[in-house]
Amino acid sequence: MSREDELKYTTEHEWIEAADSVATVGITSYAAGKLGDVVYVDLPAVGTVVEAGRVIGEIESTKSVGELYAPVSGTITEVNDAVVDSPELVNSDPLGEGWLVKVEYVELPSLLELAEYTAFTAES
Amino acid sequence: MTDAPIEPPAGAAAASMPEDATPNGGAPEDAAPRFSPLHDRHVALGATFTDFAGWQMPVRYSSDLAEHHAVRAAAGLFDLSHMGEILVVGVQAANALDYALSGRMSALADRQAKYTLMLDDDGGIVDDLIVYRNGPDRYLVVANASNREAVAEALRVRAEDFDAVVEDESDDIGLIAIQGPKSLEILAELEGLDLHASAPEAASPGEALEALNYYRSIPGEYLGRRILVARTGYTGEDGFELYTSPEALPALWDALLETGAGSGLVPAGLASRDTLRLEAGMPLYGHELSAAIQPGQAGLGRTVTMDKPSDFVGRGALEAEAVIALEHGRADDYRVLVGIEATGRRAARAGYPIHATASGDDVVGEVTSGALSPTLGHPIAMAFVSPGWSAPGTPLFLDVRGTRIPATIVALPFYQRKAQ
Repeated sequence: MSREDELKYTTEHEWIEAADSVATVGITSYAAGKLGDVVYVDLPAVGTVVEAGRVIGEIESTKSVGELYAPVSGTITEVNDAVVDSPELVNSDPLGEGWLVKVEYVELPSLLELAEYTAFTAES
Repeated sequence: MTDAPIEPPAGAAAASMPEDATPNGGAPEDAAPRFSPLHDRHVALGATFTDFAGWQMPVRYSSDLAEHHAVRAAAGLFDLSHMGEILVVGVQAANALDYALSGRMSALADRQAKYTLMLDDDGGIVDDLIVYRNGPDRYLVVANASNREAVAEALRVRAEDFDAVVEDESDDIGLIAIQGPKSLEILAELEGLDLHASAPEAASPGEALEALNYYRSIPGEYLGRRILVARTGYTGEDGFELYTSPEALPALWDALLETGAGSGLVPAGLASRDTLRLEAGMPLYGHELSAAIQPGQAGLGRTVTMDKPSDFVGRGALEAEAVIALEHGRADDYRVLVGIEATGRRAARAGYPIHATASGDDVVGEVTSGALSPTLGHPIAMAFVSPGWSAPGTPLFLDVRGTRIPATIVALPFYQRKAQ
């Protein structure tokens, strides 16, 4: 399976990789492509308690601003400092080096499979 | 991610594409989208598209930052098929335009171009235009896509008492622009461009192009079709705008990309066009300019020839305004256009409020365009502020989604190319 197949997705265009109660979160290639060149990323501090569906950060491109939503409730355990210093990682490797935060969670909400997410972006 | 900025067709367009904010811009929602004669080329080049006043136009091909930098360092090729081209022809064409527009079009020499405004009776801005004089009785008026119909109709009405005919030729004239320091050398190498009839003294098209001054144009032929080559643009760089028939556009586009590939020419989308014009301090209709703004507020007083021998639409209102200002001083709501710079990387966007202090309830202005400047590396914005806050060096605060960021008024433009 490719990495894309292994990830889960939200309708807010985030991807989630969940393992051992920690979810790594980023934005999808589709979202990165729509935003254009990302020039600024604002992420929550480690230790912040986040609630699924709430805004936790911002991703700005030259031309637009996107809000980052928490896809799952929990506590921020790590943020990607590399992406804060080099926001272009969101465009060059959105599913890898361009990851944004890690969230320690108790329970995952219902998330989309790749096929469902692909169908969702095709509709919109 | 929010839906707003990334959902098509808003797509990167939501916060991005100026037209979305154009008050009277855009086609009706149910109107069929219009496609450029170059649409197939854009698709093949992998462009992302946006709705631009009813047209599906390329926002970017790959990276809007790379396209921006290419125009500053080498050259970019822009499809501007959506722009409106209106011909005004007749023995009184010059007089008709003197009456219809803010500048003195009768004073233009043959083959000279001028940036000018169309005003309404209240002195508000209907559109900003480039007018080319192509002969004693012949003018080409280039309007913004969103204002094409309004400008053509107003020109018709205003030309009624003159011996002049107004023809909206937008569907029969295509436009592409090559912009950037390498534009001249690329265009000079373009095979099939013939400028001999207009410049018989020039040994080559390149020599004719080199002799062409800024805001001048030269007619010629490209592969047997008529073309108008103008040294104009909207990026703050040297460059040319090429008007020809829509049928000739694809061959011209392909040939330019091929000729310029070795010089660093890339196709450039509307996203880079917007950041380029912003750095160059050039206003965009629907953002800096509207019917609610008078030329003096936008720093465009120089485009209004108040001492024209003939009357022109908007003059009475501007004169009355000047008398009131003389007697009472400028009202606080006579906001004026300024440049603003900040540090860091967070850009203020169109519509964001500007405050006098870090926490007070003291709005003194509003941002009309803003971006993290790709060339300068820090946030820049154009904004309207109350007259008392407009002097360069004045400190104030940009409200970026609830966070107040310290900023400073600066003189426009933010970026100016080095003299050749």
